Amino acid sequence: MSSPFRTASGGRIDRTTTIEFTFDGQTLPGHPGDTLASALLANGRHQVATSTKLGRPRGIAAAWAEDPGGLVQVEEPFPEPMLLATTLELHEGLVARGLPGQGRLADVPDSARYDAVHHHVDVLVVGAGPAGLAAALSAARSGARVALVDEQSEAGGSLLSGTDQLDGVAAPAWVAAAVAELSRHPEVLHLQRTTAFGSYDDGFVLALERRTDHLGAEAPKNVSRQRVWRIRARSIVIATGAHERPVVFTDNDRPGVMLAGAARTFLHRYGVLPGREAVVFTTNDSAYDAALDLSRAGVRVQAVVDARPAGSPQRREECERAGIRVLSGAVVTGTHGVERVTHALVAPFVDGEVGAGSAIACDLLLVSGGWNPAVHLFSQARGRLRYDETLGAFLPGEQVEGLSVAGSAAGVLDLAGCLADGRRVARAALSHLAIEPGADDRLPTAPEPAVPAAPLVLWRVPDTSGAHGGSQFVDLQRDATVADIARAVGAGLRSIEHIKRYTTIGTAHDQGKTSGVLTSGITAELLGIPVQDTGTTTFRPPYTPVAFAALAGRDRGSLFDPERTTALHEWHVAAGAVFEDVGQWKRPRYYPEPGEDMETAVLRECAAARTGVGILDGSTLGKIDVQGPDAAVLLDRLYTNLISSLKVGSVRYGVMCGVDGMVIDDGTVLRLAEDRFLVLTTTGGAARILDWMEEWVQTEWPELRVHCTSVTEQWVTFPVVGPRSRDVIGAVFPQVDVSTEAFPFMTWRDTTLDGVPVRLARISFSGELAFEVYVNPWYAVPVWQRLLEAGRPYGITPYGTETMHVLRAEKGYPIIGQDTDGTVTPHDLGMAWAVSKKKPDFVGKRSFARPANQDPLRKQLVGLLPVDRQTVLPEGSQIVEFRADGQLPPPPVPMLGHVTSSYRSAELARPFALALVKGGRERIGDTVHVPVHGILVPVEVTGPVLVDPEGARRDG
Amino acid sequence: MQLIACPWCGPREEVEFSYGGQAGVPYPADPAVLSDEQWAHYVFFRDNPKGRFAERWNHSAGCRRWFTAIRDTATYRFERVSRLDDPKPVT
Ligand SMILES: [Zn+2]
Repeated sequence: MSSPFRTASGGRIDRTTTIEFTFDGQTLPGHPGDTLASALLANGRHQVATSTKLGRPRGIAAAWAEDPGGLVQVEEPFPEPMLLATTLELHEGLVARGLPGQGRLADVPDSARYDAVHHHVDVLVVGAGPAGLAAALSAARSGARVALVDEQSEAGGSLLSGTDQLDGVAAPAWVAAAVAELSRHPEVLHLQRTTAFGSYDDGFVLALERRTDHLGAEAPKNVSRQRVWRIRARSIVIATGAHERPVVFTDNDRPGVMLAGAARTFLHRYGVLPGREAVVFTTNDSAYDAALDLSRAGVRVQAVVDARPAGSPQRREECERAGIRVLSGAVVTGTHGVERVTHALVAPFVDGEVGAGSAIACDLLLVSGGWNPAVHLFSQARGRLRYDETLGAFLPGEQVEGLSVAGSAAGVLDLAGCLADGRRVARAALSHLAIEPGADDRLPTAPEPAVPAAPLVLWRVPDTSGAHGGSQFVDLQRDATVADIARAVGAGLRSIEHIKRYTTIGTAHDQGKTSGVLTSGITAELLGIPVQDTGTTTFRPPYTPVAFAALAGRDRGSLFDPERTTALHEWHVAAGAVFEDVGQWKRPRYYPEPGEDMETAVLRECAAARTGVGILDGSTLGKIDVQGPDAAVLLDRLYTNLISSLKVGSVRYGVMCGVDGMVIDDGTVLRLAEDRFLVLTTTGGAARILDWMEEWVQTEWPELRVHCTSVTEQWVTFPVVGPRSRDVIGAVFPQVDVSTEAFPFMTWRDTTLDGVPVRLARISFSGELAFEVYVNPWYAVPVWQRLLEAGRPYGITPYGTETMHVLRAEKGYPIIGQDTDGTVTPHDLGMAWAVSKKKPDFVGKRSFARPANQDPLRKQLVGLLPVDRQTVLPEGSQIVEFRADGQLPPPPVPMLGHVTSSYRSAELARPFALALVKGGRERIGDTVHVPVHGILVPVEVTGPVLVDPEGARRDG
Repeated sequence: MQLIACPWCGPREEVEFSYGGQAGVPYPADPAVLSDEQWAHYVFFRDNPKGRFAERWNHSAGCRRWFTAIRDTATYRFERVSRLDDPKPVT
């Protein structure tokens, strides 16, 4: 197979190797070094897809990421939507097809790895074109720590697209020497195929390295596919070049209409002739290079159409020598053709008026309206832009600390100027960092820049077709036209941000790289205001699309968030536990026996704890060791009740409130010594309460001699619960007198098991006789197994969090955060007994006296019993009340409160619930209603304690 | 992502820090003597200036120390940080 539009020689492709790829079902040849776009053009294919709204044929209009048209879907080797043919490196076996604007996500899992690397440098240079290379060389020669990142497959930028000589050799040879020099500096990191896509505060830049995409199926499995570089630079040099700007005219979207610079790139870099007969339409000198180069390569250049009245005298002469006709003071007003341009309509253009025109046959129409500096990274870091009237472009308008812009990104458009600017900016950055420049920091000798004729700023050619800009395309990907902008302006929109959203211009994959400044210009023209006043839309990361998989990196699946497991986790898994997530913890929810669902398992587990003995892995409870001479003072200030009166060896339940008087946590406190307490928090409150304690100690009471340390991970906790728990504990710890007299409720004892220290505490979260067993996690499994063994005669039953919740709810014990929501005081929970009247102050006390906290209609915790003894009320259900006449009040029906916890009780043989109800304690005995699936279920309001309200069971 | 200079650890990534609101709002010496309005001002009211603001920050994923920062709420720029035992900073 041969490619009809491939040049005989030249380009940066490897002609010795032919690779086959498939596009739209057709197998085609290409070479290593091609992009999909260059290979398609080499085979004579311009059209890639049809447009998203209008279905118009669309082709390749640029040579890199600014291309608005050539979106493809990759099918092989891995399905990926919405890639640009111009940036997709060709590889063997690539299968792709053109996309009408919308892609399709892969329906197979992505098996590739993605990762991230942090990197710190003195100087980061973005872009390895002439300015970037000059800057990187200058920085590297100083010995500074440098990173150079560039988005293309090889360094060089625009140097690969021309015919310039540097230091007397072809520019690509100079690039190779520069890259080799950089590689000899040990402190230089040089990354190609790496797009700096976001620039943030304090020299922080995110860059995406495509490590194996270009290898296709050959990609090694042990190398991450893409890598996000998180670079922190003391100084950043942005040398990202410039994007050529089109001129808008009627039917400017046909395949074969291309930016002039792109044609040069396809010719010199890829050895591709983008056509046979070309018309070049320009407003500035740069497009003449494309006309002359293509002519030299054998393309018949029918005419250079220069919108400037006098054109460019110097370039005209060069064209005439090459036999190219130049039409000055003329414009392209339209095109003919369907799937490919066949004619350019050319007309005189005098004082903004278009004259009578004629059609010139061509299969390639090159366009240049000037150059837009790629100021994206500068602008993302909140650098302000200024409009330059001569260039018709926005330039970096001010200095941003630690950020400088060099070369054509700063509006310098000649090669020698870009090289000098790169070195100048790098040296300024070094000087700012107090780094001496290196010796022999020389610039290559570059061609003397020609003095160009002044460019003309022309956003669009007046529409002579009668369509009022209806097929003058501004954003080809969005099918948005001059008529759309006119409609937006006509609707009264003035802000460029609003016009963007109204027209959708600049919202496609390319984020307006070719259309953005055009929109500002055309809008300003329509509004009759200066372009500076229109400004640009805000530049936001990413510069080019980045896959979510790359941003996620390794933070996927089980690595997304740490999973915390207790020392018994393997045992729980082997026992067939069903787990639930409690914060980051994996906790057994219940242990189903064969054939059991959750409901039957939980009823069985509950019955065991209430009638025999159950055992729970409560190791996730938060534990804070509070030590120091002032430990009791601190706890007195933070708990609502008195802690300092607690005796060593005893345990007290306590409640903590915020300064607003609302409950933030509850738990028990063990006094280990005069100056030492173990504070137990809820599983979810562990980190928060430690923060809370440290905040008060550091910011308000630094004079207190006290230290708080998390010991959650240092102790496992196994509550052994039920009337037979004393038998089990007595059997495992025979040296401990477990009688109520010797070991009363709310006390703790230290003992040992085979020499291992164990702490036992008589704490109950179920109302039953219970012992909590504390031990170092290393001994968790044997201690747990000893307890199970000793409990076997009593049918000891491991239970999970669901049973724990039912048992505590039957006793009316609230879960902070489930039965409370940050608007609930201890009094609302019926815990006035836990609020000290003796202490002069504690956190939250003053708020209890606020009128709102005295309101008798505050929501209070009560129990609910569905009258039908059947319905399990959904948690979160609203509670309503009938009027005296037995009817529901008219809407909006007042809400009395809501259900906070709801379960089926084995003990009560009926479902029950806890709820927060307005003036709830006054309503005990009343019947209220809860809507469940459209039916109003009558429920009786009760006190919150439904099982053993006398507390007779706690001592067994 | 910004760098925040912890007065104990030096510049660290902003994700290591947590915000603690306005600085210089001490817990009242004797809350019991305050009127409801005065107490409500302590509990609920904070300044919200555009520009320089004295704030409490915590290096929560680092040394866990609280410190005071003078920060510009319009530019996000940290102008000064100080330890709690340093003299009170002035905005
Ligand atoms: Zn710190």
